[in-house]
Amino acid sequence: MYGGGNVFEATKFDDLQTEDPAKLAEFEARIARGEKIEPTDWMPELYRKQLIRMIEQHAHSEIIGALPEGTWITRAPGFRRKMAQMAKVQDEVGHAQLLYSAAETLGKSREQMLTDLINGKSKYSNVFNYPAFTWADSNIISWLIDAGAIVNQMANAKGSYGPYSRALERICAEEAFHLKYGHDAVVHMATGTPKQREMIQAALNRWWPPIMTFFGPSDKMSTHTETLVRWKVKMATNDECRQQFLDMYVPKIWELGLTVPDPNLKKNMETGQWEYTEPDWDEFKRVINGDGPCNAERLAVRRTAEERGAWVRRALLNPKAKYVKPLA
Amino acid sequence: MNEQAIKDLLYKLADDQLILGHRNSEWTGFGPILEEDIAFSSMAQDKIGHSLAFYTLLQELGEAEPDTVAFTRNANQFHNSQLVELPNGEYDFSLIRHFLYDNAEIIRFEMLSQSSYEPIAKVATKLKGEVKYHVLHANTWIKNLGTSTEEAILRLQSSLNEALPYALGMFEKSKFEQELIDAGVYAGEEAVKAEWLKRITAVIEKTDLKLPDLESIKPKFGGRYGEHTEHLQPLLDEMAEVFKIDPTAEW
Repeated sequence: MYGGGNVFEATKFDDLQTEDPAKLAEFEARIARGEKIEPTDWMPELYRKQLIRMIEQHAHSEIIGALPEGTWITRAPGFRRKMAQMAKVQDEVGHAQLLYSAAETLGKSREQMLTDLINGKSKYSNVFNYPAFTWADSNIISWLIDAGAIVNQMANAKGSYGPYSRALERICAEEAFHLKYGHDAVVHMATGTPKQREMIQAALNRWWPPIMTFFGPSDKMSTHTETLVRWKVKMATNDECRQQFLDMYVPKIWELGLTVPDPNLKKNMETGQWEYTEPDWDEFKRVINGDGPCNAERLAVRRTAEERGAWVRRALLNPKAKYVKPLA
Repeated sequence: MNEQAIKDLLYKLADDQLILGHRNSEWTGFGPILEEDIAFSSMAQDKIGHSLAFYTLLQELGEAEPDTVAFTRNANQFHNSQLVELPNGEYDFSLIRHFLYDNAEIIRFEMLSQSSYEPIAKVATKLKGEVKYHVLHANTWIKNLGTSTEEAILRLQSSLNEALPYALGMFEKSKFEQELIDAGVYAGEEAVKAEWLKRITAVIEKTDLKLPDLESIKPKFGGRYGEHTEHLQPLLDEMAEVFKIDPTAEW
């Protein structure tokens, strides 16, 4: 799954003043022709910086995102759900591995990225700062957060940076399975016993506000990202992604007899756009800046994992260590 | 063939895999490096899958369906060795347990693939190919870390010393031991243990670790007969938590 709604820095014309104009023109021409930029190709510093930031945020979202669902592995009811939940969460960690590798091609090490995560310098998707109280919350995440991720990632897979777009293509293929799994689990709850229906509605009520902020602030408030759009770093606006998500999933939620907890949610047939209660962007900012229900807990878990595993990484770096060739 | 003896063997096999699978799964999101997160999660999936295969054989012998058997019994009805129920601890303990456990499990599966009891032979033949990779993973890491920093070697040595009494508990004999041997189901726990000792010794000799004299260690028995540490019941409660919310529901 992926935390959409990347927080981009505003780009200013000045940022490009130091770049060689001829190289910059050729770079932009390549992107306009639909070519991919590869790690050893020339690229403006701003492009490199924004991509590292974006891929890193995405990778962090994958490992932090593994936590709320990971706690439900031991508790998953029955073999069928348990096997699927395990495989799904493992996929997310695998995505992080792929993405850290993609970001490393731009010159920042995995260790440094993880250090920045623990120190709170790098962000991850805001939705994972909310708790998964019940099994039903975990199902809603598997279905709707992964659905949002697919909307976002399908767009970004068409981006200009080769290693990132190739990683996203692989990731999207796996996310498609997560979506099916999440939907199947939600269908069982929504068509199950009264207790199950109550659980899944309550989870949807809890998760709807974070889901609505998943794609990031409204375009009206976003910083100027024209350069990033021209460079095919940012492939769709936050509102475009949100509209697409609502279009695809609100009917599916209604189909299950569930209620979306927003009385203003409706599709305007004239404009073709969904109308909804504006999400609480002040809360979004507060949470992204560290003051959400689970920020401290999520980072503490990650910090503990890093600290407890430090001796293993030190041992692996030991020049005395002999490489043991696997026997297979 | 005495059906009770076969059931006893199947419960041992299934419960070991189910419980260790759950412990392995607890590493998801917490590994020392991402690659180990992924590896432990992979092995967890295999092990829980293996337990399902054995619970399915039990169902064919008239026991309740796998979900009921796996997620509704209490600790005193479980036949796993105490080794697998111990908490994960630090990575060194989890790795040592994985090494000691899987080197025994592969031998059991190799023997069972030749079993006179055909349903087990079929399942064991299929699954031993997967356990082979678990062993490869464990041995590779033990060799790597066991020859690395002083810190790593000390940690592994201390976990090895701690885990060995429980590891020896894996070979606790069933009350049907002789029957199983006589009927050619498998060669029995003594034989598994002898071969296990050879194999783990060969790996440990390639490291800076020392294998203590096993004769001087008192095995932690009881697991095969429903006696468990205080760590098993809380895990079982967690595994049943969602099920218990509404026992009539399909999840």
